[in-house]
Amino acid sequence: MPMTMTQKILASHAGLDSVEAGQLILVSLDRVLGNDITSPVAIKEFNKIGVENVYDTEKVTMVMDHFAPNKDIKAAVQCKMCRDFCEEKRVTHFYDVGRMGIEHALLPEKGLVVSGDVVIGADSHTCTYGALGAFSTGVGSTDMACGMATGKAWFKVPSAIKFVLTGKLGKYVSGKDVILHIIGKIGVDGALYKSMEFVGEGCSELTIYDRLTICNMAIEAGAKNGIFEVDEQTIEYIKQRSDREIVSYKADPDAIYDEVYEIDLSTIKSTVAFPHLPENTRTIDEVGDIKIDQVVIGSCTNGQYKDIEEAAMILKGRKVAKHVRAIIIPATQDIYLRAVENGLVKIFIEAGCVVSTPTCGPCLGGYMGILAAGERAVATTNRNFVGRMGDVTSEVYLASPAVAAASAIAGKIADPNNI
Amino acid sequence: MKFSGKVIKYGDNVDTDVIIPARYLNTSDHSELASHCMEDIDKDFTKKVEKGDIMVAGFNFGCGSSREHAPIAIKASGISLVIAKTFARIFYRNAINIGLAIVECPEAAEAIEDGHKVEADLDNGIIYDLTSGKEFKTQPFPEFIQKIITNGGLIESIRRGDIK
Repeated sequence: MPMTMTQKILASHAGLDSVEAGQLILVSLDRVLGNDITSPVAIKEFNKIGVENVYDTEKVTMVMDHFAPNKDIKAAVQCKMCRDFCEEKRVTHFYDVGRMGIEHALLPEKGLVVSGDVVIGADSHTCTYGALGAFSTGVGSTDMACGMATGKAWFKVPSAIKFVLTGKLGKYVSGKDVILHIIGKIGVDGALYKSMEFVGEGCSELTIYDRLTICNMAIEAGAKNGIFEVDEQTIEYIKQRSDREIVSYKADPDAIYDEVYEIDLSTIKSTVAFPHLPENTRTIDEVGDIKIDQVVIGSCTNGQYKDIEEAAMILKGRKVAKHVRAIIIPATQDIYLRAVENGLVKIFIEAGCVVSTPTCGPCLGGYMGILAAGERAVATTNRNFVGRMGDVTSEVYLASPAVAAASAIAGKIADPNNI
Repeated sequence: MKFSGKVIKYGDNVDTDVIIPARYLNTSDHSELASHCMEDIDKDFTKKVEKGDIMVAGFNFGCGSSREHAPIAIKASGISLVIAKTFARIFYRNAINIGLAIVECPEAAEAIEDGHKVEADLDNGIIYDLTSGKEFKTQPFPEFIQKIITNGGLIESIRRGDIK
């Protein structure tokens, strides 16, 4: 039976020679992840199961990123619960303030995920690691609890949609524009329950960071996972961070796909998703005159060094519009440090931005940039649902770091080519 | 498994941010979560919901974040069953895992209107709209899913030895 990339990874972790779409399987987990929002619920459930220890102290991972540094007393209680649990269970990979970063930027950076792995995380954007050729998917806290106890999770083997990429992206166009373009095309449930598999010569023209952004938002099309083939860039990225063996899977030539899309990267323009769904996309030449109050550059989707650097290059020597608050959030401590050392933070501050410690904060309307009634933000984040960043009448426009930076200067949604 | 209650109906793409906004995720207390359930899409929800009520919705119900707080808030608010055209996959898994009954039935979700009285027999896969007199067929729940829901969730099922 021919298999997709995803199916091959799942078969290898289920101890099976082959699997097919629709089959229910039990797989071994290489990593089980949670954050300060989802882990407390999982810990409560874990304690009910009646096992003493987590299945592997090296593989259970908790990152305090959503409401940390603690935004209020309740958030402090939740982080403390995670901290105490990890200490008691001797969990090695517990990342607290000072060492943490936004989980989906942190895990690849630390070499905690490599190609061929199976990873579950109690966070919907766990699908990010498909960029490294891993199978990774978001689950809830109960699945996380069972994963922490047993090292296993059950799955229904997904069917897949294939995206064949060709060509090369133009100036100021990046992974964010590619995934917004795709979601605009197939819709927020266009890949429901399915894998999104990215292949073709165009993949090598995308950086690892473009691929991380693309896989990150696979969930925004309803997908179970997104995945890229392993290539030279993947191997280079992983080798710098991990000693583990690099396992790479390619789909069988006759693997069955529900649909196949061919996408010429050179035709993709900067793309913006209008409120209140990521599928409401318009290209930058179609946006019209949208005045804004805030810009957020960061998140698990676009908080990588490359993203921060691209924004800095546009903001260099320029000023943020007077009525705009611009908030820059490097995704990890390492990225933050590099931004300081390379003078990017100076550029941002001179332009009139604030630069924050890593946190998910504003993306989910937690803290560090909440919108008042009727306010509008351009954000490099992943969701623009009703009330996502604050008041239910506020609006979030999803865009790339380049468009967000240009918009901060212009005071309205703007094309970086026109700045 | 039998359910009976009045219907509270919503549209397509009801996301987990409107089911339980992130500003309330600094707690995992069930009744506190329930007190803010649906407030960004329907601020009267907590006033009108009664124990046993049935939520009906369109496509892609529960899309967005993986927060298990979303099905927990719905269940703790008193909703006994959610009928939708389709569910987002993480929400689907989470609902079953915490013992909230959910069923995909596009025909029923299209036809049943807000405020209707509905009965559902998920052992036999039948949804009956008492107000309109229409009957809809759906997939019966397999026995292990029924057990998870009657036990109140996956963890309790594992503890009781119903799932090995």
